[in-house]
Amino acid sequence: MELLWIFVSACVINNFTLAYFLGLCPFFGVSGRLDTALKMGVANTFVLTITSVCAYLLNTYFLVYVPYLRLISYIFVIASTVQLTEMLIKKMSPVLFKALGIFLPLITTNCAILGLALFQTNREYNFVEGVVFALGAGAGLTLALVIMAGIRRDTELSNVQDLVRGAAMNFFIAGILSMAFMGFAGLFSS
Amino acid sequence: MSEKNLQSEFLKGIWQENPVFVAVLGLCPSLAVTNSCINGLAMGAATFFVLVCSSILVSALKSVIPKPVRISMYVLIIATFVTIVDFSLAAWLPDIHKALGAFIALIVVNCLILGRQEAFASKNPVGLSIADAMGMALGFTLALTLIGGIREILGNGSLLGFSLFGPHFEPWVIMVLPPGGFFTLGGLLMVFQYWKDRKQARLRAEQNREPLVKGPMVV
Repeated sequence: MELLWIFVSACVINNFTLAYFLGLCPFFGVSGRLDTALKMGVANTFVLTITSVCAYLLNTYFLVYVPYLRLISYIFVIASTVQLTEMLIKKMSPVLFKALGIFLPLITTNCAILGLALFQTNREYNFVEGVVFALGAGAGLTLALVIMAGIRRDTELSNVQDLVRGAAMNFFIAGILSMAFMGFAGLFSS
Repeated sequence: MSEKNLQSEFLKGIWQENPVFVAVLGLCPSLAVTNSCINGLAMGAATFFVLVCSSILVSALKSVIPKPVRISMYVLIIATFVTIVDFSLAAWLPDIHKALGAFIALIVVNCLILGRQEAFASKNPVGLSIADAMGMALGFTLALTLIGGIREILGNGSLLGFSLFGPHFEPWVIMVLPPGGFFTLGGLLMVFQYWKDRKQARLRAEQNREPLVKGPMVV
């Protein structure tokens, strides 16, 4: 029950993108196409899960001795993980590698990844809770990305004032989505 | 290309190339912590310190840092200064530190800072880099304070903690909640787009001396 709560909370109630504003760059950057958005979400989930495991190991075995190296060691681990993912994707699917383009190495500077490591530390999750939290956050990111991509595809051809077209309209759409996600807050009332 | 000087490098970050409104960088902190004016200001100040210090260091060390590992080096330098800010705020201003929470640490992954190191500090002398970093950081701080101010006024009926409208004002609670951040920035981007369009239209009108045709563009 506890694990289910962590998952649902990270996925919809406290959605990383729409409630914490984490990972907005890919959210606005790669949400132009539906399939790219989905794959970006999966790549993010992969990095999130590995980061969660690494952060747990770092917290238990290394950072108890040198707490001031926390940020530096996290960012180091994240950068290596992203490098690994990049190599994997390049090997397995060159087409996807091309489609994700610059946003793949930019996962390193995606706030969602570092945010996950920090939140997990603040809330003192154990190993299993951490992994479930990462999966939930990843599912939430993917969900937000896919919904956003779907809406953007449908609004592309609609008749909108030139002034609002582009970045401003994306922000308004995101705001309305964020409002919709606030509705999940009553899901677990206990 | 015009000659680079301190003043123009400083000024461009504040208005012409404002990191938030024009380049749309550093979104996560500019929306997450701006539910009140003072939080926006504090976040801006912390970013200011980190950006200026890391620009100095990157610019001074640019001939020593090997090219293939430069990004990792920049991140390492930034992370060091963020750790300093994090610990100093926790020691001196615990209230602010608590309000900003994990977002202080998240300055490390602010694309604005890394972007300035890669695009400017790694190619220019220290003096120019300081001017550029200060301008950009000031522009960022102004943007954050503006967003925070708007959200606090509408969502709470106050500015910097002082009540503005008296007891009969019904606050728009949505503005201090996450959706309000998106709406505020969306609105501000729209205003900036309007200014940009008008300026371009005026420039074109001066060049062509022809009346502007409204409606769909003919290619």
